[in-house]
Amino acid sequence: MSQSYNRGLIEDFGRWKEFSAGMWAWIFHKFTGWMLIGYLFTHIAVLSSSLTGPEAYTNTIGGLESLFIVRVLEVGLLAVAVFHILNGLRLLMVDLGVGLEAQDKSFYASLVLTAIITVASVPTFLDGVTL
Amino acid sequence: MAERYSSFAPGGTAWLLQRITAAFLVVVLAFHFFLLHFVNHAAEIEFAGTQARMENVGYFLTMVLFLVAGTFHGVNGVYNALINQGLDGTQKKVVLAVLVIASLALIAQGIYVATTMAGWT
Ligand code: HEM
Ligand code: HEM
Repeated sequence: MSQSYNRGLIEDFGRWKEFSAGMWAWIFHKFTGWMLIGYLFTHIAVLSSSLTGPEAYTNTIGGLESLFIVRVLEVGLLAVAVFHILNGLRLLMVDLGVGLEAQDKSFYASLVLTAIITVASVPTFLDGVTL
Repeated sequence: MAERYSSFAPGGTAWLLQRITAAFLVVVLAFHFFLLHFVNHAAEIEFAGTQARMENVGYFLTMVLFLVAGTFHGVNGVYNALINQGLDGTQKKVVLAVLVIASLALIAQGIYVATTMAGWT
């Protein structure tokens, strides 16, 4: 199915100018994966305010959500998550041997779809917040 | 076009578990975003609403599974990425120990928080 060939030292990030689409997909996937696990730790920390009491929880989340910068970061998180999901699905297909010829195209499709979903979500994510 | 880049050695246990958790995460993560941004606006989240959801045993179990699967998938991803970058020997053992402790702490804290949300403590 997949033939192997010498791809050089792929860990050498200094060679980024020579990267192919698949290489970029891999880098983006890593980057978004690390963002997500970082967020998960932060998320549980924020939700832990519920241990202090219901008011602390409601006020903590309400306080964060009233900040414009938090909303912007949330849009960023959505973009990161959507890309990781779509590209992750693509990787699962590749592992199953589906659509191997269309890998580049499906990577670009993931990027475009991520952009569309992110832009379409901006109104909802910025609803009711001011600068 | 038979290129494939991955941080994982294909066919191993870590590789397989990474894919199984991924398949589960697609569904719950999409559900989570949809529920807490579009059905309920993030800015309008209150303890009462969270409690109403968490009291439902099915929802509670889904969230705990989400927590466990997400933590495993994320930490396993990081660990394999580091091995792929050449992590080896004692360093590898130390990193593994730190990651396992951090994961267990995160999961324990998350389950504790979830039980408080449900009002079962
Ligand atoms: C900015 C977007 C997000 C918002 C507003 C949000 C909000 C929440 C809220 C309010 C809860 C408490 C349960 C409830 O009220 O129903 C919760 C739980 C949870 N969220 Fe999120 N979430 C977001 C993104 C994420 C992401 C990206 C992940 C995965 C990395 C995640 C993982 C979890 C987990 C595992 C729980 C269960 C916590 C526990 O068991 O203690 N969330 N989230
Ligand atoms: C809780 C949310 C998630 C977190 C925290 C997370 C985190 C990560 C991390 C850190 C990696 C390692 C990347 C690397 O090789 O350096 C990874 C890999 C991967 N993720 Fe996720 N992920 C999440 C959700 C998903 C979802 C929903 C999918 C959807 C299919 C997915 C699919 C994958 C796949 C297939 C890999 C393996 C990449 C490879 O072979 O190198 N992940 N993830």
